[in-house]
Amino acid sequence: MRFVRECSIVFRRQLRMNLRNPAWVIIGLLQPVLYLLLFGPLLKPLVTKFGATNAYTFFVPGLLVQLGIFGAFFAGFSLIGEWREGVIEAERVTPASRTALLVGRLARDVLQLFVQALILVLLGWALGMSASFRGVVFGVLLTLVVGGACAAASNALGLATKSEDVMAPIINMVMMPVLLLSGILLPMTIGPHWLLRVSDFMPFRHVVDAVRSGFGDNFGGPEIWWGSGWAVVLCALAVWWGTSTFRKEN
Amino acid sequence: MTAMIEARGLVHEFHTKQGRTRSVVRAVDGVDLEVAEGEVVGFLGPNGAGKTTTLRMLTTLLTPDAGTARVAGYDVVAQSEDVRRRIGYVSQTGGVFSGARAGDEVMDHGMLYGRSRAEVEKRGRELFEQLQLDGLWTRMPRTMSGGQKRRLDIVMGLIHSPTLVFLDEPTTGLDPQARANLWEHIADLRTKRGATVLITTHYLDEADALADRIVVIDQGKIVANDTAANLKAQVSGDLVTLEVADATRVGAAAEQLRSLAGTVEITGSTVSGRVARAGRAVPGLVRELDRTGIELESIEVVRPTLDDVFLTLTGRSLRDAEASAEGSETAPDKGADQ
Repeated sequence: MRFVRECSIVFRRQLRMNLRNPAWVIIGLLQPVLYLLLFGPLLKPLVTKFGATNAYTFFVPGLLVQLGIFGAFFAGFSLIGEWREGVIEAERVTPASRTALLVGRLARDVLQLFVQALILVLLGWALGMSASFRGVVFGVLLTLVVGGACAAASNALGLATKSEDVMAPIINMVMMPVLLLSGILLPMTIGPHWLLRVSDFMPFRHVVDAVRSGFGDNFGGPEIWWGSGWAVVLCALAVWWGTSTFRKEN
Repeated sequence: MTAMIEARGLVHEFHTKQGRTRSVVRAVDGVDLEVAEGEVVGFLGPNGAGKTTTLRMLTTLLTPDAGTARVAGYDVVAQSEDVRRRIGYVSQTGGVFSGARAGDEVMDHGMLYGRSRAEVEKRGRELFEQLQLDGLWTRMPRTMSGGQKRRLDIVMGLIHSPTLVFLDEPTTGLDPQARANLWEHIADLRTKRGATVLITTHYLDEADALADRIVVIDQGKIVANDTAANLKAQVSGDLVTLEVADATRVGAAAEQLRSLAGTVEITGSTVSGRVARAGRAVPGLVRELDRTGIELESIEVVRPTLDDVFLTLTGRSLRDAEASAEGSETAPDKGADQ
């Protein structure tokens, strides 16, 4: 009970600051919308080549996971600003749970992601995506879990580096292989065999596969389990890492 | 009286790496500290001496590498949550986000201590009034003056009515007027709230004006622990400076001052030396100078300052210690004091 209360205090505070400066939310949302509007049409004539029938049913799941990963990766930057002004120190000197200090922030990131995901899915439907309702619910949920994991990792990284200049190149370095090996833009199955094997080691590819299976209402295959498993494992690891950085920030 | 702070042999090391060479800096090197209930103690030392690091260990923000500390009756490592409930900490950087509304920040902070919204709002508004922040409840700190912002930081530290308050360099960067004003509020912490206060500073006049007792730290070690008056008494005497009207007679004046001071220093037409109990000795000196026809341009008697104390204790003046700390060290000092 106390934990929930502490989380909600931190969450409300974060949300209030976000609403005061919504520019980042809009920028974060604009990116997948542009992909959908400007890249989606290019996929249309190609989708039959990799076994899909509807370009948007194929593409929206990838964009959803991309939104979850990349949007959340930047959460840590605002934490550095707060740390610099002594906010983290002031919170750490209160008896509040260290996990609550992190989870309250994650709740804000996940809520923001949820709103963005909703807009993306609705826009997808408007453009002609055909996906089952339960598949979409599953896909959005999985995206939120992955987004929570990435936000936790980003917060931990922000508090560990304490510098935007150090953090930005690290994020860039991580983002490139994630983008290229997750099958977000094109499915890994159309590439050579070795590339597919390499992408087996990329947890986010399994998540993309799972969301895609869900959208196609294909809940029987192993993809669902692999993707869900990876999402939960990543999330647990990231929250553990994040909490430990909040616990001893030096 | 019960002890509010009881620290034994506190040690904290910072590990730094420059290229391939790793080095360990003992920012705090075996600090013992005792503060009784109701005391106001000044923690004095140059930048990088280990003041903030000691404070961060006492406030549970940093785990000691060695030693133990009980704060407000609880162990800082094993019972950190009990310690946190009872202490207020105002760090050097403050703790209010510059782009958030002051009142919101204060209330959120108070509620993290488990207080109800209504209780926190009432207490917050009271504190705003007492610290002369009336009307600034909805203002953002980025539009406040330095003094207002500092007082807001103190409101944050007091929102849960702590019995022990840590203030880390509260007046650094303030103009003299804002400083004097803040001093009044700090003095009120004890007189009006009965709080025990540990205040770090590298301003001598600040420690002198506010603290009952002064603990001097240098290079991670406590080098003195006494009242300001006793510390000053360790410096042998008051500084007496004579300016002679006729520069050719400076030697004769120096001769007479030497009989009181032992050693004297001559620069141009002035001569100075340390004289024990100058208040009693100076009238006789002036009579003697007058009798021998040595005319004075001016005479000055200065009581020893804490700067003199620091010089006597460490062989360096506080200003030199700061300059060397800033010049030679980078990473460990940053780590220690920020």
